[in-house]
Amino acid sequence: MRRSGRAEAARGNGAPRPDAGRLAEFGSALVAFLTALLLSLAVTLAVTGPAFAIEAERAFEDPALQKRYEDLNDELRCLVCQNQTIADSNAPLAQDLRREVREMMRAGRTDDDIRQFMTERYGDFVLYKPPMTARTYLLWSAPVILLLIALGSVAVIVLKRSRKPIEPDPEEAT
Amino acid sequence: MWRYLGPLIGVLALGAIFAVTLARIGTGELDVREIPSPLIGKPAPQFELPSVQDENERISTAALAGRPWVLNVWGTWCPGCRQEHDTLLRISSDSVVPIIGLNWKDERSLAMQWLTQLGNPYTKVAFDPEGDVAIDWGVYGSPETFLVSAEGIVIAKHIGPMTEQIWREKFLPLLAEKSGGGA
Repeated sequence: MRRSGRAEAARGNGAPRPDAGRLAEFGSALVAFLTALLLSLAVTLAVTGPAFAIEAERAFEDPALQKRYEDLNDELRCLVCQNQTIADSNAPLAQDLRREVREMMRAGRTDDDIRQFMTERYGDFVLYKPPMTARTYLLWSAPVILLLIALGSVAVIVLKRSRKPIEPDPEEAT
Repeated sequence: MWRYLGPLIGVLALGAIFAVTLARIGTGELDVREIPSPLIGKPAPQFELPSVQDENERISTAALAGRPWVLNVWGTWCPGCRQEHDTLLRISSDSVVPIIGLNWKDERSLAMQWLTQLGNPYTKVAFDPEGDVAIDWGVYGSPETFLVSAEGIVIAKHIGPMTEQIWREKFLPLLAEKSGGGA
């Protein structure tokens, strides 16, 4: 940083900017970046938001039951096409699992009953939201840990850079 | 010095992990699609289904209790099942353990044709066109092969075509262990 400050001075760009200016510049760049990120996220969500239901016809007349059915299908993984839910997939197994969900709902079973039925057979992997267990706590806490590391790194870099130019520059002294 | 070496070592370490994992997938040692079965160590799900060959014959797990048996899930639409078929025939010729077939989401006529043309390695073949029993067993991709102990506990599962090696190294030792201890 000191070197670039000197170079600026040498090019005759006038007095070096105060540290506050540099911080503010960094801050506004960060804000612009985050805004862009949020905007693109919002656009993505707006486009993909409504679930693309693969089933043409409704399973239940009652809208509340239909909603429950769709929500359940949305959180169960299709095990053949592993990056899709059974709501997204038309693989034969996904069809069978949807039928199973329908039948269990008609038999009056609760959502938890159905989730338990699935995990007893296919393991936690069938759930798109894995439960918090000793094996998955790292998975769940990873986003927070990574965010803290990133924020920490940014803070360290910003502090280092903002502190450095305070040292008196021999060229500036003249 | 460390300023440059640090990140370099980091990248190399990540690359090494990446390469080793890819190599393990390449040799088949690691199967990223394989889902560990929650069924291992649990009682085998019970079923009673009609036989593929005879609609009136019922095949039930209750009749198999008291000795170890193998469940092999297959369908004529499944390429891996064709691939493992000769191995199953070989294994069944040893008659160490009965192999029960579970014909999954298939058509009866096609299944019969398959067994006539390619040979029948199964002691009995149960017919599950709806796939209900397959769901109870947590089947998600055939072929899948389960080993059930004499006590009716699922003690092993193999996903994908059965091979001589897997039979010898994974299934037979478990079988010997169980029958040796029980008898």
